Amino acid sequence: MSRALFVKPSSSSGPALSVDMTASFAGLELPSPMLTASGCAAAGKELDAFFDITAIGGVVTKSIMMQPRSGRATPRMAETPSGMLNSIGLQGPGLERFIEEDLAWLNNRGARTIVSIAGESAEEFGKIAQRLRNVGGFDAIEVNISCPNVADRGQVFACNPVTAAQVIQSVKRNSDARTPIFAKLSPDVTDIVEIADSVIKAGATGVSLINTLLGMVIDPVTMRPALAGVTGGLSGPAIRPVAVRCVWSVRQAFPDVPIIGMGGIRSGADALEFILAGANAVSVGTSIFNDPSAPFRIHGELQLALAEHGFSSLQQAVSYAHRPADTTREVPITSEQSSDDDWDFISE
Amino acid sequence: MSVTLQVTSEVLDVRRAGSYFVISLTAPGIAEVAKPGQFITIAMGGEESSMMLRRSFAIHQVQSRGVYGGTLDIVVSVHGKGTKWLSERRRHDTLAVVGPLGTPFSLPKSPVSCVIVGGGYGSAPLFVLAEQLRDRGCRVDAVLGASTEEKLFGVLELKRLATAITVTTDDGSTGIKGNVADVLPELIDRVNADVVYACGPMGMLAAVAEISTRKRVFSQCSVEEAMACGIGVCMTCVLPVIGDDGITRMVRSCTDGPTFRGDRVRWADVGTVPEDTYGAPVSGVRS
Repeated sequence: MSRALFVKPSSSSGPALSVDMTASFAGLELPSPMLTASGCAAAGKELDAFFDITAIGGVVTKSIMMQPRSGRATPRMAETPSGMLNSIGLQGPGLERFIEEDLAWLNNRGARTIVSIAGESAEEFGKIAQRLRNVGGFDAIEVNISCPNVADRGQVFACNPVTAAQVIQSVKRNSDARTPIFAKLSPDVTDIVEIADSVIKAGATGVSLINTLLGMVIDPVTMRPALAGVTGGLSGPAIRPVAVRCVWSVRQAFPDVPIIGMGGIRSGADALEFILAGANAVSVGTSIFNDPSAPFRIHGELQLALAEHGFSSLQQAVSYAHRPADTTREVPITSEQSSDDDWDFISE
Repeated sequence: MSVTLQVTSEVLDVRRAGSYFVISLTAPGIAEVAKPGQFITIAMGGEESSMMLRRSFAIHQVQSRGVYGGTLDIVVSVHGKGTKWLSERRRHDTLAVVGPLGTPFSLPKSPVSCVIVGGGYGSAPLFVLAEQLRDRGCRVDAVLGASTEEKLFGVLELKRLATAITVTTDDGSTGIKGNVADVLPELIDRVNADVVYACGPMGMLAAVAEISTRKRVFSQCSVEEAMACGIGVCMTCVLPVIGDDGITRMVRSCTDGPTFRGDRVRWADVGTVPEDTYGAPVSGVRS
């Protein structure tokens, strides 16, 4: 991965709307860093009514399992301050129908696709990867080892470095060597860097940070848990600082590992936060429920924010918050600044 | 489904109607194409709101032409932070609106005898429906029920549209003391009904569907399920519905509904995943 040296970007020409938004990471070259977060965009079809689904970086599909799955009972969601709890339980059509209908639609539509997969055992993950390898028609795999909505917490593979690695090994063994594999990790661990280290050693190309946090709401009227599944995954802007911290920590430990960042991204400024913390691309999830055009809108806002800060490309901003303190002044760079204090941007 | 739009609407009017608020708003492009039984979603609390989930509202009245272009009315019952915020909007405030959404009521091709049943403000989508049924030469009998008089919605309005109207209240404050299920069987017989259309709380819909099916009358029920997205991506608003192939699936109220055939919804199982549902957990191993 080519990464920017920690140099203050040029800001002489004012907001350059021609900011190159290409996101290059893990062998992928996406025209935009904006992705949909798994489970918040189905397989892209519904959102294509609101914006051109091929204009964003790609669609991360809802986690698919080998067999059809009904999901959990209702109520499956509860609104919380700046977020929500969900307890869907991985409802889905099963891998074969996903391939026939959803993946076929995405291919037909020309959308870049990251297929999210889930399983109850390392073997199931491997079998899904194998079937997908034979079918093709996708750009990467995101391995959902961190869905909190399963009956057995032992199934949250991402809470244990050993089980997390076993799943990734199984997927890796059964995938084309060129297919990027992202392990989606849970923030509900003592040390997410340890889990990241484990999945990277097991063969993950990169990591997706973060899945939902396990949470709970009690209905004040019924005085019982608001969700039928009792607990659910907390998402939305409420979890953004947790997600940014996870991206920051993993980036600090692994300067070159591809990271897809997510957790409460609602605006271009939010997306920029993740990019600066070290994300190569970002997923928009819960905000889609608030604004179905969010991934497309945020792409524009991010481009503008990058331009305002004097970046001429997205790549320059990746991990920029990690630069040593002595390489730049602490004041924000604005387009009003004179050109004589511009620094040249150097990349390797 | 046809075109769905995301627009910024302007509030034209907010007025009280019994326990409810009726909000008129501009909805260019939505009002013109909306069909009876479809709904819109509205984002709550502005751009920086801590309420991330849209609220869904049945389209009550539509006006496709006028000074403001396409406009529509919704009926709001205040029962939380979001709906309270919405009821406090004033003329010229803007709202983020998506619509029209959902599967509309299907209309009969011939002039048949129809009964429309509304529970509380669930009657909201039935007015445009009644109009269109009358336009097709159908006989339209209406039943409106609520717990008490002020929770009825649109009795006078519906009197003009329907051939006849029956009102029930649980407390007997107006109309017949009782609920819609108490008067529906006799009404179906008396008007020789071919179709029953209903919108209201789940319990009422279950009763209406059961009565209709027992009397071999086709019923269409519009459900009021809590939704997070309203556009078919979040999978929160599901309920068990029997498909054409006889198999029960957890289907989305927002896109597969909100209108369902009354005899296809497993009313008694709403809120659960019946064991024989497609993809249901095997002997409780999975969740």
